[in-house]
Amino acid sequence: MRAPGARRGARFALPGWSTWLDRPGFLAALLLVPTLVLVFGVLLYPILDTLRLSLTDRVLSQPDSGAFIGLGNYLRALQDPEFRASLGRTFYFALITVPAETTLGLLIALLLNQRFWGRGFVRGLIILPWAMPYIVNGVMWKWILNANYGALNALLQQIGLIDRYHIWLGYPSTAFNFVILANIWKETPVAVILLLAALQTIPQELYEAARVDGANAWRQFWSVTFPSLRPVIAVTMVVKTVWALKEFDLIYVMTGGGPANATNVATFYTYLTTFKFLKFGYGASMAFIIVVLSLIIAFFYVRLISPKEVAE
Amino acid sequence: MSVRSLRANSAAGGRARRRRRQLVGRVLLYLAVLAVVAWVLAPFAWLVISSVSTRAALTSKPLQWLPDHIDLSNYIDIFVGGGSSTSVHRSVRAGALNSVIVAGLATLVSLVAGSLSAYAVSRLRFRLKGAFLATMLATQLLPTVVIIIPMYVVFRSIGLLDTVFALMLADIAIILPLITWILKGYFDGIPTSLEDAARIDGCTRASALFRVVLPLSSSGLAASGMFAFIIAWNEFFTAFILSSTLHSKTLSVIVAEFSSKVGVDYVAMATAGVLTSLPPVLLALFFQRYIIQGLTAGAVKG
Repeated sequence: MRAPGARRGARFALPGWSTWLDRPGFLAALLLVPTLVLVFGVLLYPILDTLRLSLTDRVLSQPDSGAFIGLGNYLRALQDPEFRASLGRTFYFALITVPAETTLGLLIALLLNQRFWGRGFVRGLIILPWAMPYIVNGVMWKWILNANYGALNALLQQIGLIDRYHIWLGYPSTAFNFVILANIWKETPVAVILLLAALQTIPQELYEAARVDGANAWRQFWSVTFPSLRPVIAVTMVVKTVWALKEFDLIYVMTGGGPANATNVATFYTYLTTFKFLKFGYGASMAFIIVVLSLIIAFFYVRLISPKEVAE
Repeated sequence: MSVRSLRANSAAGGRARRRRRQLVGRVLLYLAVLAVVAWVLAPFAWLVISSVSTRAALTSKPLQWLPDHIDLSNYIDIFVGGGSSTSVHRSVRAGALNSVIVAGLATLVSLVAGSLSAYAVSRLRFRLKGAFLATMLATQLLPTVVIIIPMYVVFRSIGLLDTVFALMLADIAIILPLITWILKGYFDGIPTSLEDAARIDGCTRASALFRVVLPLSSSGLAASGMFAFIIAWNEFFTAFILSSTLHSKTLSVIVAEFSSKVGVDYVAMATAGVLTSLPPVLLALFFQRYIIQGLTAGAVKG
């Protein structure tokens, strides 16, 4: 690091405006101001304030609440069977969706990497679910799964797989799995796009060399493709895990946390506690427990993708 | 039979076998592609069909998959208004306007602020650069429920609840780190020799940014802008918490409300759903190259 004092001492005249603009440190500070103000003001301050709130017993409907109670909320949340169950559902959600989306994404990426007529069109189309708003995705699947007029019921009955219409979102056992299906439909394209981009960077020479060595397609996949893709697969899985911990929109629209709490994941339970029951302090502590879990994953994420950049 | 003709026979047999195997492979390949296309298209296609169908057709049993005629009345009621337009159509119109304002302004502000900060992290050496980048990345991993609680408290106390301004600020907090991160990648790819030449000609670093780097990264600005716009347009949770009337409710919030109403008009709901997804879906389909660049830059290169 340079010593600014020494540099300033060498010059006696007050540097002009344009000279200031040419100083990397000063210019950097100036250029970063808008972003810092916006991101810190709207993001980091709220996060710190959530931390403060989480140490109080603030209830929005009681003006005299807000006393400091230390870690009371955290201890209560960790012992709250409802919150613990909601965390369990969040992990179940992540444990199913992440491997499913990554595997399906890999298979589709391998398929779209083959030569076939209309490849450009199909590659373009695959982005559609990603672009759809989360809410519309939820509304769309809720409509498809509708108990009285849903397309799934109609389809399954017309091809003879069921004899009566089912209330897919009305039973705890099926509701959560259909929410998971809707999530897989929407989020798989991200994995496809990331893995397809990675597939295209694998040098053809590696495959040629493998063929010369007599490797069949199966062997080529395990000895060339998979090792080359491994870093991207890892990043995809970590990003998706963090996203899975955040899932809210789909559950809000499709099931509202029901039936019988079957889809009441951690973010949804936090939302209910905070904005329905107005227990802002208690809700903030739950939010922070989710943050800590996300940051643990984030730590591995940052280490994975840019070890040099961050160490700089 | 001579040895030679025997060999020729088996070679021909091998070629035929190989050709047959290739043919089977091609057929399986196209079947798999067809399955993927159907899986991606079918749900959305059903939403689109529902939006131009009639209530009678949609509620018939056995289900009438295709309507007898295409009924665009819901689209017309939303866009043109007039006698048959209901409160549903009016709220979709108001929500669309709010969505355009909120996502559009959030993207513009983030592009301006983001290109400045991306230039700083790409070209200048300064203390805490690593910390800054790591913070930008970490913000992407936070559940929105964490920042929304105090945001709600603050906006409530300064009277900004239920304004497009509050929604816009919340969107900026989400997309600005992303834009900074993507643009940094673009700036890193522009050789510094061009700026050096400009500086020899008397440009300051700041004017080099505006005269050399920004014009050269127009595709980066387009890519990150479109990517950010789609994310802002699709944002639901912050809008849902911060808005309470048609003053600021966005399309996502309006659509979510429809679906939870009892006795919902399925055709109108599907129409609102299609209209809400059209801007991001069309942007993504027409400018997929940009979007793919944004996605891969945002997640893989980091």
